[in-house]
Amino acid sequence: MDFSPLVLSLEVAAVATLISLVLALICAWALSALEFRGKELLDAAVTLPLVLPPTVLGYYLLIVLGRESWLGALWERATGSPLVFTPKAAVIAAIIHSAPLLTKYLRAAIESVDPIYIKAARSLGLPDWNIYWRVVLPLCRRAIAASAVLAFARSLGEFGMTIMIAGNIPGKTQTMSVAIYDAVESGNAVLARTLVLIVSAIGFLVVWIANRSNPSPALRS
Amino acid sequence: MLEVRLQKRFPQGQESVGFKLDVQFTAGAGVTVLFGPSGAGKSLTLDLIGGFARADAGRVLLNDEILMDVATGVFLPPQRRRCGYLFQRLALFPHMSLRENLAYAATSRPKLERHRRVNQLLESFRLTDIAGRKPSEVSGGQRQRCAIARALVVEPAVLLLDEPSVGLDTSLRFELYEILARVRDEFAVPTLLVTHDLDEAFALADQMLVLIDGRVVQAGTPREILSQPASAGVANLLGLFNLLSAEIKQLDPGNNRSKLRWNDIDLEGPYYPARLLGDRVTVCVRRDEIAVTPKMGKPEKGSLVLTLEGASETARNALLHFAGGLIVELPLEEFAENRHHREWQLSFPVSTLRIL
Repeated sequence: MDFSPLVLSLEVAAVATLISLVLALICAWALSALEFRGKELLDAAVTLPLVLPPTVLGYYLLIVLGRESWLGALWERATGSPLVFTPKAAVIAAIIHSAPLLTKYLRAAIESVDPIYIKAARSLGLPDWNIYWRVVLPLCRRAIAASAVLAFARSLGEFGMTIMIAGNIPGKTQTMSVAIYDAVESGNAVLARTLVLIVSAIGFLVVWIANRSNPSPALRS
Repeated sequence: MLEVRLQKRFPQGQESVGFKLDVQFTAGAGVTVLFGPSGAGKSLTLDLIGGFARADAGRVLLNDEILMDVATGVFLPPQRRRCGYLFQRLALFPHMSLRENLAYAATSRPKLERHRRVNQLLESFRLTDIAGRKPSEVSGGQRQRCAIARALVVEPAVLLLDEPSVGLDTSLRFELYEILARVRDEFAVPTLLVTHDLDEAFALADQMLVLIDGRVVQAGTPREILSQPASAGVANLLGLFNLLSAEIKQLDPGNNRSKLRWNDIDLEGPYYPARLLGDRVTVCVRRDEIAVTPKMGKPEKGSLVLTLEGASETARNALLHFAGGLIVELPLEEFAENRHHREWQLSFPVSTLRIL
């Protein structure tokens, strides 16, 4: 049996989770700690991928990152290879899929930190970014870890955008979800069943870990 | 020296009544107590000084540096105000050890100086042996000392204490008073303490400001305020006074005497300058300054006899309720021996009858 879709999926999900975590930490901080014009707009933009169909998002990504696009051409000129229909595109799809939810989780976690600690730190003369880094994030580290684990699971299951911008190239861009679709389409029931069971087992394990490590019931799935 | 002039208005909301803070005061060396009931604007005043809320008008000067001035648009962020805060809940960072709490507070200092200062404060507040422990692993008193040490590690120009003793048991409370008295003597940081506890104000205050409904209604030493409350509101807040509505019947400046009529009873007070015969006045007399004994035989001259209507007991004293709403305080044992008496003999020492 070919395990390359499983390996690729795990790799894509791991990289996507790391990048999502960084992006979500920045967005969550901006949304919870800062007051600026367009805050509601940012909030809406971050939430949008949660409500739009993956095919719509995939279409947008093709327009923005495709070989004909400005960004895609720039990438191709800089690296010598196109962005779409590569594992990198699968990573981007997974990020768009997981970062919005991660941002929501992290914002809730950050806002659950008692503001008195922030007030105390400010009165001690500490700059806000330092307080965020040294006080706020450590105080909600368990919730952050649990959210990251859930984001990993979500990245693992991305299908719609992946197939549109990364395609279905076995051994190169074919992730687990795409491989299952492929197996069902081609009537390979044994392979489909095996992959489905593996994905389900990983999903269950991840949710179990997240629930165990997270003290806050609000983030429990 | 802290010079404060602040105004802030909260309009009436659907579920809240409107509120206007309008205070002006200066706080020099030593402890200045902001005393008042809940909702008087005490904590809000601290927040405005500390930079955690914005005033509508006014300005705050700390050692001649402008912390905020609405007219010129100056508003220093809390980080640049050098106002050390001590919170009721202490707010020690729970994920850091006591030493880390202090060291983190002193982040901006050069490493060697930070190390020296942290060690010095840990030593000074008897925390060296437990400096490696988390706040959750030490006693309440040690946490309290650590929170004060942490506030001092950055050498604040003023200390703001927001009801620091609320919810503490008696021994911890006295430990706190001791530490704060030491801080006052050793660190010479002007301190602004918010409280609604009169004992606390007496234990710590060099200067006391009485805040009612967003205004400073009286300022002075606690002793001065207790001996002459500025208004019925202050007297009621202090909770130790009888307020009697009386009429001036006689004024005798030669003998320094006046006669007052309260509820058809004649009382003798000192001469009240700038008052006229027939003036209706509010007389304020402390509950514990009225002499009271059970009536046995013929009453003494100058005393009056009243019927006891009820009594309530506190930890130390009995409060005897007489007709006309008069309340007199008596040590518990003394009352216990005489509680069966109905008729009591009361006398008001002349100097205790103050007019508000």
